[in-house]
Amino acid sequence: MEARNLLQIEKLGKDYSSKSKALTDVTLSLPRGQFVSVIGSSGAGKSTLLRCINRLIDPNAGSIVFDGKDVAGMGRRELRQVRRRISMIFQHYNLVYRSTSIENVLQGRLGYKSTIAGVLGLYSEEEKERAFTILDQLGLAEFAYTRTDQLSGGQKQRVGIARALLQDPLLILADEPIASLDPKASQMIMEHLRWAVDTLGITCLVNLHQVDYAIEFSDRILALKKGHLVFDGTPDELDARAISDIYGTPYVEERAVRGGLFENLEEEVLATVGAA
Amino acid sequence: MDKRFFLKRSLAIGGVFVLLVAVNAVSAGFVGFNPLKVLADIPGGIVWMAQNFMPSVAAFEKIDTILISLGKTVLLSVASSCIAAVFAYLCAVIGSREAGLGGPFPLIIRGIASVFRNIPVVAWAFILMFSFKQSEFTGFLALFLGTFGYLTRCFLESIDEVAGGSVEALRATGAGFAPIVTQAIIPMSITAVVSWTLYMIETNIRDATLIGILTGAGIGALFDVYYKSFRYDLAALVILCIVVAVIACEAISNYVRRQII
Ligand SMILES: Nc1ncnc2c1ncn2[C@@H]1O[C@H](COP(=O)(O)OP(=O)(O)O)[C@@H](O)[C@H]1O
Ligand SMILES: [Mg+2]
Repeated sequence: MEARNLLQIEKLGKDYSSKSKALTDVTLSLPRGQFVSVIGSSGAGKSTLLRCINRLIDPNAGSIVFDGKDVAGMGRRELRQVRRRISMIFQHYNLVYRSTSIENVLQGRLGYKSTIAGVLGLYSEEEKERAFTILDQLGLAEFAYTRTDQLSGGQKQRVGIARALLQDPLLILADEPIASLDPKASQMIMEHLRWAVDTLGITCLVNLHQVDYAIEFSDRILALKKGHLVFDGTPDELDARAISDIYGTPYVEERAVRGGLFENLEEEVLATVGAA
Repeated sequence: MDKRFFLKRSLAIGGVFVLLVAVNAVSAGFVGFNPLKVLADIPGGIVWMAQNFMPSVAAFEKIDTILISLGKTVLLSVASSCIAAVFAYLCAVIGSREAGLGGPFPLIIRGIASVFRNIPVVAWAFILMFSFKQSEFTGFLALFLGTFGYLTRCFLESIDEVAGGSVEALRATGAGFAPIVTQAIIPMSITAVVSWTLYMIETNIRDATLIGILTGAGIGALFDVYYKSFRYDLAALVILCIVVAVIACEAISNYVRRQII
């Protein structure tokens, strides 16, 4: 058997209205067990790309093949089966805040349940034990029975990760998972995701606002600009010039910036003297 | 520059005030409303009420009749509110933009809710009296329909506001619609639902009194009978009982609200 790519996206396109295109001709493939970040300014199409992969948004063009199955042309029943192996993590955690941590984690199994069991929230002993184990691995054992609206942001996001892991995913989609967190919690969340890639062999596709986190944690970085894939390479290849191109900011070396500042200062001083 | 901004704002506020006075004057003139005469009449009115509209000792002989009627009316409002809440919640779940079935449902449900909500309860009572005559059931149905429309609208907004994120998350796990409803939508919206339903029960006790006058049932009808037979002391006692019932209901629902948060 050949070593297939986990995810193969060809010429993906999405436009919300006829005027603006959110994604144009995005082609990329992800192998198993890779940490991939997606960067780009806001409105570049990062969230749209992630939501097309699990069809929370229906793309207009192109194909998405996940684990050998064509996601883009799938019916609802098949789609629900594919979604079981694709977890999602959100900027605003998207937990059921009136339920406890353990209940939220167990909801990761809903895709595997019959309608009756799902409606009644009936889980097997094995599922419950695994949910506790994962909470423990993420350092949340003592908060298993705490209602999630009483947790801090970082703890909420760890519950989100635990829910994602209980799904037995092959792919985790994370949409700005650390955008609402302080640096310490951010670091911890990124480390947990890195851990999932390294020890569980899961592929992570993570939208990030912060380029420094992308460089620190990724095996590979993608960049979107106005719906186009404009960069696909390793963190080493993402130099200052590439970054300025992605974000559309003028490229200036650090030293040049300082020089410029002093020049302005000099000019100002001269102007003041002249006025006096 | 700044000065002109503040001047403009003062002029705007002054303009609105003048406009309000003008509208008031025109409409008062139109219906023959004389504010000064009304002010002069108020003391006389209060004296009359104090003399006639007072529950007398004799009136308390009828207290059991009054309480039974009041009980019926309270139960009628509770029943109509709760049953309307169940139907409204079903519709709201299906028609919610964030969480529902999508397709044409949001528009259809919103349309239905809007029709029921915008016909006043009293109008419903008049309409329904043609089919169901003067009866308790007519009152129930009138309250039910108005409440259904109002609650559907409230529930739709509560669900959209509170459940969107968690619904998206569960959808992404591959969960179907029914488990998403019980595991995310209901837990996230239940406090708002209870709170709105309690509010409607309070409102409906007041409205049920008025409806009762029309449909000849409950405490409203009793008030009507006493009033028309010049038993103002009894009518006053009826009103006193209604006020006590409404305040009690409000206190209970405030307590429940605090407990479920
Ligand atoms: N639901 C939507 N309806 C219409 N336009 C949308 C919607 N969601 C996103 N867009 C537009 O699509 C583009 C890409 O958005 P998004 O994928 O959210 O970007 P990012 O996540 O990189 O900030 C933006 O121009 C945005 O305005
Ligand atoms: Mg986004």
